[in-house]
Amino acid sequence: MNMEQRRKERLDRGIKVRTDGIYAVMSMRELAYLIVPRFVLIAGMLVLPFAMPGMYWQRVISIVCIYAILALCFDFLAHFVGLVSLGGAFFIGVGGYITAILNTSFGMPPLLGVPIAAVAGGLICTFLLLPCLPLRGVYFAIVTLMYPLAMGRVIEALDIFGGTDGIMGLESFPNRWVEQYLVIVTVLVFLFGLRRLVNQDMGLVFRAVKDNDQAVKASGMSITFYKAIAVFIASAMGCFGGACLVHIYMWSGISLFALDFSILPIAATVIGGAGTLVGPVLGCFILVPISELLRAFGTLRIVFYSLILVGFVVFKSEGIMVYGQRKYHQFERWVKV
Amino acid sequence: MDILIYGIINSIALALMALGFALVYGISRIANFAHGALYVINGFIVWTLLRGAGLNYFLSIIAALIATGVLGALMYQFILIRVRGMAISEIIASYAIGLAILEGLRWWGFKGMSNTLPVFWEGSIMIGEVPVDLHRVLVVVIGVAVVGFLWIFTHFTRIGLALRGMAQDERAALMLGIDSDVMALVAMALGAMLAGLAAVLLMPLGNIVVEKGYNVLIQAIAVCIVGGLGSWMGAVLASFLIGFAQILTTVYIGSHFQMVVALLAIILTLILRPSGLFGRQKELEERV
Repeated sequence: MNMEQRRKERLDRGIKVRTDGIYAVMSMRELAYLIVPRFVLIAGMLVLPFAMPGMYWQRVISIVCIYAILALCFDFLAHFVGLVSLGGAFFIGVGGYITAILNTSFGMPPLLGVPIAAVAGGLICTFLLLPCLPLRGVYFAIVTLMYPLAMGRVIEALDIFGGTDGIMGLESFPNRWVEQYLVIVTVLVFLFGLRRLVNQDMGLVFRAVKDNDQAVKASGMSITFYKAIAVFIASAMGCFGGACLVHIYMWSGISLFALDFSILPIAATVIGGAGTLVGPVLGCFILVPISELLRAFGTLRIVFYSLILVGFVVFKSEGIMVYGQRKYHQFERWVKV
Repeated sequence: MDILIYGIINSIALALMALGFALVYGISRIANFAHGALYVINGFIVWTLLRGAGLNYFLSIIAALIATGVLGALMYQFILIRVRGMAISEIIASYAIGLAILEGLRWWGFKGMSNTLPVFWEGSIMIGEVPVDLHRVLVVVIGVAVVGFLWIFTHFTRIGLALRGMAQDERAALMLGIDSDVMALVAMALGAMLAGLAAVLLMPLGNIVVEKGYNVLIQAIAVCIVGGLGSWMGAVLASFLIGFAQILTTVYIGSHFQMVVALLAIILTLILRPSGLFGRQKELEERV
């Protein structure tokens, strides 16, 4: 063995430590180190609708944001609470149907109906998922995968809420700028809200539930209570997205429970970087436009993004954002062993 | 009477769909969410060989089974082996592969009602006062034979015993010189071939459509979960339970509810008894 034995050493940059918790920022440059990435994200998202050529791509931005909300839900539940929920479509569907019914039956305007649908939908989803909360790992994943499928089939079989035709003739948002900025601002609020939440006391308990639920139980806290709160937060967010989606399409139907809404956010999370919360949003901004560009190829786009998903899960499971953060915060060098 | 007969037929069909899934999960602990896709692609290969290449029906079935088995093995060897042990990654990866296969077939123009496989035997016989076509009888016979064959295979052959050893305790099996990766590979190939066999037997009763992949997957999962993940006899018993429940709902409520039954069975079983009616798993691993 004549091979030189080397390994890569990674060290945090000094500036990372100074800006990471104690905030001993000493110059504009260090301030910039802290602020620029966040600013680029916020400004970029706010400018986005103006940068898009034409109505069609502006609509795509709205859809991207809704997927981003779902991806945030998934990332939050999976990597901060330890509940791998494959049922994003369930949240979308429940939120969508609630606001559709409010709008058509009671004439509720969209801007009022959407928040109500978010809260009510969150409560309904939490209530329905409550019995599954003690389940772990794969079992929770399978049961949540089945919820939207079952919901869609039940609506189809019972022929309620418009059956297979869905509910048509919904009001749209007052104009397309309201529509876009509503979803864009929502994504930003949810993103930074969740980032803050997971560092609060409650977030600590969430992460403890993920890492070692027995220890949390032993500390005299109810795991189910905290899981229920987390599910409520996530499902209210998902229902908000669903409600917006329904008003954008002006139509609500069984396809809201379609697997797309469960799978694409997961793919985005895997690609963007799990457990970073920013990553999933980024992943959506990469995946959904690609999928739109490939719309001409029909279902081939699903093939395409499932293959990307497999590739990332298997070969590059850390995702773009984790990789990026590492390069940003750390320097690497080769050292002799 | 016809409820009884068609219930049995439906149950055997379900058992055939589920056995592959149960086998793979039981041995390698991989929840193979590409099961439905393997089922459909087998039907597709048979159809291509039969209609496209003009091969003999029997030969094309054998060739398709081998091809599906190889596909399952490749899937394990190149993709799933890398995420082995990470349950969620396994599910996501295998589901994505399945999705890619199914939607790829759909894109290739494999949709609509035009693709059918011929039944093995035309004609029907009377059992009591109920007419049953011969193909369905054949399904029952072969289904029972497959269950019996699997039982003999896992109890009396070296590979079968090794597979069971893996299923019971992977570490102990490793210490006794059983290569766990090879065994998981064999299990995946066998599971894929079982999915293919189910497809060959059940496809002639309907059309080859992509949607069937999703339904087969859901039904296989339903059977395996009700029976207890990883328990093969449980899966067979559960397929009778769900099979009769489906036939009863079809007769008394409406055929729309057939899938609802399977889905509700999954949800209720997981909530009430996650290890299934006949499974014996460690309680702590599945719920708090």
